[in-house]
Amino acid sequence: MAHALREPGWYRAALGTLIGAAFGFGLVVILRLVSGLDAFQTEQTGYPQVIVPLITAPFGFLIGFGAFSYWFRWAAGKPTVPDDHSGHGATRWQDYFTFNTDHKVIGIQYIVTTFFFFFVGGLLAMLIRAELAQPGTQIVDPNVYNGLFSTHATVMIFLFIIPMFAGIANYVLPIMIGAPDMAFPRLNALSFWLLPIAGVIFMGSFLAPGGSFDAGWTGYAPLSTGAPLGQSFFNVGVQFAGASSIATSVNFLVTIITMRAPGMNLWRMPLLVWANLSTSLIVVGATPFIAGVQFMVLFDRIMGMNFFNFLEGGDVLSYQHIFWFYSHPAVYIMMLPGFGIISEVIATNARKPIFGYRLMALALLGIVVLSYSVWAHHMFVAGMFSWLRVPIMITTLLIAVPTGIKVFSWLGTLFYGKIHTYSTAMLFALGFIVTFTVGGISGVMLGMVPLDIHMSDTYFVVAHIHFVLFGGSVFTIFAGIYYWFPKMTGRMYDERLGRIHFWGTMIGTWGTFIPQHWIGLEGMPRRVADYASQFGEWNLVISFFSLILGLAQLVFLYNMVVSWKYGPKASGNPWRSKTIEWLVSSPPPTFNFDEIPRVVGGPYEYGTPGARHAIMGDEDAEATVPEPKPSSVPAAT
Amino acid sequence: MPKVPYLRLAIVSLAIGAVIAVLMIQIDWNGEAGSTAAGPIDALLDWMIIISSFVFAIVCVFLGYALYRWRVKPGDESDGLPIHGNTKLELTWTIIPTVIVLFAAGYSWAVLDDIEEVDSDPLIVNVYSQQFAWTFGYPTEGNKWSEGEFHVPVGQQVIFKMNAQDVLHSFWVPEWRIKKDNVPGITTDAVVTPDRVGTFQLICTELCGAGHSVMRAKVVVEPRKKFNRWVKGLEEEVPQGLYLTADQALEIQRQIQKAEGGIGGSGVDETTRDNVTQS
Ligand code: HEM
Ligand SMILES: [Cu+2]
Ligand SMILES: [Cu+2]
Repeated sequence: MAHALREPGWYRAALGTLIGAAFGFGLVVILRLVSGLDAFQTEQTGYPQVIVPLITAPFGFLIGFGAFSYWFRWAAGKPTVPDDHSGHGATRWQDYFTFNTDHKVIGIQYIVTTFFFFFVGGLLAMLIRAELAQPGTQIVDPNVYNGLFSTHATVMIFLFIIPMFAGIANYVLPIMIGAPDMAFPRLNALSFWLLPIAGVIFMGSFLAPGGSFDAGWTGYAPLSTGAPLGQSFFNVGVQFAGASSIATSVNFLVTIITMRAPGMNLWRMPLLVWANLSTSLIVVGATPFIAGVQFMVLFDRIMGMNFFNFLEGGDVLSYQHIFWFYSHPAVYIMMLPGFGIISEVIATNARKPIFGYRLMALALLGIVVLSYSVWAHHMFVAGMFSWLRVPIMITTLLIAVPTGIKVFSWLGTLFYGKIHTYSTAMLFALGFIVTFTVGGISGVMLGMVPLDIHMSDTYFVVAHIHFVLFGGSVFTIFAGIYYWFPKMTGRMYDERLGRIHFWGTMIGTWGTFIPQHWIGLEGMPRRVADYASQFGEWNLVISFFSLILGLAQLVFLYNMVVSWKYGPKASGNPWRSKTIEWLVSSPPPTFNFDEIPRVVGGPYEYGTPGARHAIMGDEDAEATVPEPKPSSVPAAT
Repeated sequence: MPKVPYLRLAIVSLAIGAVIAVLMIQIDWNGEAGSTAAGPIDALLDWMIIISSFVFAIVCVFLGYALYRWRVKPGDESDGLPIHGNTKLELTWTIIPTVIVLFAAGYSWAVLDDIEEVDSDPLIVNVYSQQFAWTFGYPTEGNKWSEGEFHVPVGQQVIFKMNAQDVLHSFWVPEWRIKKDNVPGITTDAVVTPDRVGTFQLICTELCGAGHSVMRAKVVVEPRKKFNRWVKGLEEEVPQGLYLTADQALEIQRQIQKAEGGIGGSGVDETTRDNVTQS
C-alpha cells in the first residue's frame, strides 16, 4: 500500500486529491481566521472554503496521477526518466485508465469519455422534453428546470462536441500527416485528464446548496454573479475544460506545422488537417476570453470585485461582449473540424478528389478571420451601442459565403463520382449537407437585424442552434466515428444498425427541431419551464420526436459496444481511401510507422491511374508518381 | 466526359424552389401583426424565405441528382472522374452568394432605419423590470405608475425607456415584432407605433431566474380617448427601488396564471379585444 501511494496511479491520485482539497481548505480557513473573519463564509455566492479546494484538489489529483512527474524532475534539475515507451499502446481496458501519452490511447480516452457525457447531456435533454411535453409544471419546478437546460448545454458544448473533435483528431491526425505521435505527448495526456475533472465539477454542482448552476450556458451577469453556489462550479469547470482545449490546440498547431511527413506541403494536407489547423487558430485566440470572463464572474461572486455590479460602477454589458468574443468563434470550433471530417468521408465514398480543394482550405481560413468579427450578432437586442449592429450584420452575413462554398464544393465532389452510400458514415455526411443547410439559412435570417429583433431569445434560436449543432456538429461526429471505427478498433461495425441509427437520428432531428422555428416566431420564448397553452400540441409533437432521437442513440451505443468486442475483423483500408492513416494496419502499430512515409501527391487522387498520396517506408522508394493536372467540368449543356 | 443536363437541373431547382416558396409563404410565420414595424419585418422575412427556398431546392436537387446518377452498388470498385475543380464555377458560387447576402444586408439596413425612425411627438413610457414583475411610468403624468399592465393609444409612436432593477430582462411584444433587453445600470429604448387596438402580452425573453417563464404583463392598445381616461386615472408615483421581493412578484404572477388557467396565449385575447373596441 505504501508503495502504491508513492508510485503514480490511482491510489496516489486519490491521496493527492485529498491533500489538494485539504490544502485549499486550510488555506482559506487560516487566512480568514488570521484576518479576523469567520472561518466559513456561507452567503449565497461566497463559499471560498468550497471554491478554493475545488481548484486545488484537481491539481492534487493530477500530481498524484503522475501528470507532472516528468516536468517536476526536469524543473528540479534531477535526471529525467526517459520515456521507455513501455506504457505506450493499450493492451487491456485498464490501460485506458492510466496517464498514457500515446496519441491513439488518448484519442480513444477522449472519444469514450465525451460519448459518456453525450449520454449524460442527452438524459438531461429527455428530462427537459418531458417537462415541456405539456403546458404547466409537471415534473420539475422552475428552478430545477433552469438547472437542467443549463447543465444540458454546458455538458454538450464543453464536454461533448468540442473535446470529441479533439479526440477524433488526436487519433487520426498524427497518422494522417505521417507523424509518430503528437508534438507534446505529455501535454496531450494532461489535456485529456483535465476533461473528466471539468465533468466532475459541472456534475458536482448538483450537490451544491441551491442546486446546479442555472443561468444558462451563457451565464450572463448579473444573474450569474448573484446565483447560488452552483454557479461557481460552472466558473471553475469552464477553466479546466478551457485549459484542456487551449493545450490541445497548441499541440495540434505545433504538430501540424512541424511534424508533417516529408513531401506533405500545405496543399497536400488532407482537409481534416486544414480544418484542425483553422480550429486551433480560433481556440488559442478566443478561449482565453471565456476563461477570463468566468474568472471575473468568480471574483465578483467571492471577492466582491464589482466587474459587473452596476450598483458599484460595474458594466453589465461588458460580460456579453467578452463572452461572445469567445463564444461566437466557439461555434466554429464546433463546426470546422466537422467540415474536415465531411470532406474526408465524401472524397473517399464518392471516389473523387475534393472539388475546389484550395478554395475549401481558403474558405476555412476565411471563416477563422471573419469569426472574430461577428460576436455582437448575439447582442443585437442587448442594448449595446446601436451603430455596431449594421457592421456586425454585414460580417455575419458574409460568413455565410465561405460556409456556402463548402456545401457547394461537396456537391461538386459528388458529381461524376462513384458514390457509395452503403456506409453509415456516408449517410451521415449526406444527411449533414441537407440538415446543415437549414441551420445556415436560419443563421442568415438571425443575422439580419430587423428579423433578429423579433427572433432573438425565442425558440427560433433554439431551432437554429440545434440544426447547426445536432444536424451539423453531431452528424459530422457520427460520420467520423463510423468512418474511423474500423481504424480505431480493428473491427467493422454493423451497417444495418448504423442505418437504423441514421434514419432514427434524421427523423428525430427534423421532427424535433423544425416545429421549434414556428413556435418561436409565434411567441414562445426560450429557456422557459412553462409556456402558453396554444403551444401545447406542437410541444407534444416535439417531445415525441425527441424521444425517437434519444432512442436512436441507444442503437448507436449498442452497435459500438458490441462491434468493438465482436465485430468482424477490419482490413487496413476497408474504404479504399488514399490518406495515410489507411495505409497502416487497423488498428495501427504502436508507433504508427516503422519508417516515416513520403508524401508524393495530393490526398484525394481518386481516378488518376497510378496516382499516390504517400509511399510507405517499406515500399519501393524509387516509385515515381505523375502530378495530376486539374481538369475542368464541362459547361452547361 | 458524359453530359449532365445542367439546364434541366436548373429548371427543376427553380420549379421546386418556387413550389416550396409558395407553400412556405402561405404560412403566417410571425403570427398576428400589431405595429407599423410588423409590415416591413414580415415582408423582409418573406423575401428571405423565398430566397432560402431556392437555395434549399438547389442543394436538394443537385444532391438528389448526384445520388440518382452516380450511386454505385457495393462491389463496384472503380473511381470517379479525376476532376479537381473549375475556377469559373467556384467563382460563381462565391460571387452570387456574396451578392445575395449583401442585398439582404442592404435591405435589412433600410428596414431597420425605417422601423426605428422617431416621430416628432412620441409618447414616452418608462419601463421598470425586476424579478418577476413589470411596472410602467408615464412621465407626462408626473411619472404616475401602473403595475403589471400598461396602456398606449393606437396610432401614436411610443418610445419605451427601459430600466432593469436587478438582473437582465427583455421586453417583447410578439405582435409588435419589437424586443429590447432591459439592462441594469443603463437605460435602453425601443420605438413602436402600435396600429391595432387590442390586448396583447408583454413577455420577458431574457432568462432572469425561477419566475422567468411567468414574467409577463398585459398590454392594452386602445383609442386615444380611452387611453387618456385610463392614464388620468393613475394615482401613485413610481416607487423608488424594488417595490416587491422576487418571491412576492412570483406569487402574484402565479395568482394571475391560476385565474387565467395557464400562462395565456401571447396572441390577442379575443374577449378583451372586443370589449376594448366596443367602448
Ligand atoms: C451561416 C452561418 C451562421 C450564421 C449567419 C449564424 C448566425 C447566428 C446569429 C445571428 C445568432 C444569434 C441569435 C440570437 O440569439 O438572437 C446565432 C446563434 C447561435 N448560433 Fe449561429 N449562425 C451560423 C452558423 C452557426 C454554426 C455553424 C453554429 C455551430 C455549429 C452556430 C451556433 C449557434 C449557437 C450555439 C447560437 C446560440 C447561442 C445562444 O444564445 O445560446 N451557428 N447564430
Ligand atoms: Cu454567433
Ligand atoms: Cu425573464
